[in-house]
Amino acid sequence: MNDLLLISPILLPLLLLIGCLASSRHERRSSVISLVGTAVLLAACSVLLFKVSTHGTLTLAVGGWMPPFGIVLVADLLSVLMLWISALVGLVVLIYGINVGSAGTRPGHVYVLIQGLLLGVNGSFLTGDLFNLYVWFEVMLISSFILMVRERRKKQLAGGLTYVILNLLASAMFLCGAGMLYGKLGTLNLADMAVKLSSVGDPEFVNTTGALLFVAFAAKAGLFPFHFWLPASYHHAGPATSALFAGLLTKVGVYALLRIFTLVFTAENGFSSTLILYLSMATMLIGVLGAVAQYNVRRLLAFHIISQIGYMTAGLALGTHLALTAVVFYILHHIAVKSTLFLVGGVLEMKTGTADIRRHGGFYQSQPLLAFCFLVPAFSLGGIPPLSGFWAKLNLLQAGVQSGEWLFLAMALGVGILTLFSMVKIWNESFWKAQPSTSDGQPNTSDLPLARGKPYLAMLLLCALTLVFSLGGYFVFELSARAAANLADPTLYINAVMKGVTP
Amino acid sequence: MNSILLHIAARFLSWPLLIVSIWILYRGHNLPGGGFIGGLLAAAGFLLYDLSGHGRPDRGFFSLSPFFFLPLGLGLAVFSTLPGMLGAGTFMQGVWLPAFELPLLGSIHLGTPLIFDIGVWFAVIGFILLLNGTLAGEEPS
Repeated sequence: MNDLLLISPILLPLLLLIGCLASSRHERRSSVISLVGTAVLLAACSVLLFKVSTHGTLTLAVGGWMPPFGIVLVADLLSVLMLWISALVGLVVLIYGINVGSAGTRPGHVYVLIQGLLLGVNGSFLTGDLFNLYVWFEVMLISSFILMVRERRKKQLAGGLTYVILNLLASAMFLCGAGMLYGKLGTLNLADMAVKLSSVGDPEFVNTTGALLFVAFAAKAGLFPFHFWLPASYHHAGPATSALFAGLLTKVGVYALLRIFTLVFTAENGFSSTLILYLSMATMLIGVLGAVAQYNVRRLLAFHIISQIGYMTAGLALGTHLALTAVVFYILHHIAVKSTLFLVGGVLEMKTGTADIRRHGGFYQSQPLLAFCFLVPAFSLGGIPPLSGFWAKLNLLQAGVQSGEWLFLAMALGVGILTLFSMVKIWNESFWKAQPSTSDGQPNTSDLPLARGKPYLAMLLLCALTLVFSLGGYFVFELSARAAANLADPTLYINAVMKGVTP
Repeated sequence: MNSILLHIAARFLSWPLLIVSIWILYRGHNLPGGGFIGGLLAAAGFLLYDLSGHGRPDRGFFSLSPFFFLPLGLGLAVFSTLPGMLGAGTFMQGVWLPAFELPLLGSIHLGTPLIFDIGVWFAVIGFILLLNGTLAGEEPS
């Protein structure tokens, strides 16, 4: 029973993918299959979350091949938290309507790709094998690339090409790193690798392979200086698609960084994480400066992703238990908040027919509900108490004080102010100021289709999630602390994977 | 292209290609071969039919659409992972029927890894057909 539960986050999207593929001619049927199936996925992930949080880490040796020889799936608390929230974001995006505001030529095929994306994401969260992680990354990359360019507009293709080329380069680096590690250690199992790497005693080897993998994951996560694909591509995809990307894609990179650089490449194994801290600080600053300069609503938000990723990886570089707790909390908060903002941005674009916020206006008066859906995540992102972003930042800053990283502290506070500033900019332009008239005296309107109820339901669901993270912050913080305890002490992970196996 | 030789040959080559591909598919568990290579060979049979000027026939195996093969292949592959969980085993663990003898063919081993390979075989055929159709400029239906 445990086996079936543990495999379901991979098996369900795969089955849904097949179902959607078989009925891809009927858009309506595909959408129902996708929606119901993803709800079941969310339920399965909830049960898994409950089970792991009460019984501890679950593992599954696929095909009965025991570690370190076979591929092993590992569901520790961090993995299942990520699985749960990605299933939720997937469901919300499907409720919003994945085809809303985009003119794809084959509407039925979208659902196949969405499930493919969820499959890759879930696989990445569950696997305990380095090469298998590479395979899941590729599944994710292919699905997301086609989703990104499916309307075949010129700009989409330009952005999508940047995206796919930079990510393929990163994948090549990943493969080089994995190959070198396999050549030296003779294993691809992460737990086994962690054990063997500690006895290698060759800091040059550790740092070379570590740097290769770091670059690979940093490119997926959108860390400076590997972030260029992100603001080039996200805002060209459809609104719901970009919300899904904003919530999940970069966070898989962050998850991989968290997993590999707390388990395999640790300070005890001779890996130096100073570089990660400085790159993170640069990422925070450059991301937010990009956002301040932007007037395209979803592009502005895309720059924010980069800046926020910097906070997360900075926490990883600090490496204390409190810092890792803050990072886990930060990821959960960020996924909820960022997806909402992209969905709201999509509605703004569809209502006005333009992404330029200087030509928006008057939404506070005409759409108070939309204004609410923007305010909650925007204030949360800016770190206004008592919203979730405040708790995430507070803990991270505390961790910074504990470690005595004063430069990071100053940077985090300064970037926080700029973040709030750029959120206020969207608020002022799109919601607060009067609606501008176009040259012929008519207010801006768009003929893009927007269903009345469903998009709002989706945005309100995510707002509710943000509020739960804010007001139930203590409970979520406790879960994050337990997930982080697993990260801070690699022996827990190693013992869970290698139980009953003599090395 | 309108070569009478190719036109006639295609009719006689497509079926043997399919049969060889099934043999390669079966031997692939322990020897070179398997679902992927077998699937490529079978797809070559389809393409030969297509390119020799016959066009795709209206009926029979060679007329089936990629959107028949892809879900079928993926579905079979997924299905083959499940029987392992019924007994004492786990996800994707192989379950084998007892080996039996057949005249001409020798000892036959049937099990879930073979179903997985057959799934791959179908999926590869579907993929190549879709690829071919897209390159030829057909809109997949």
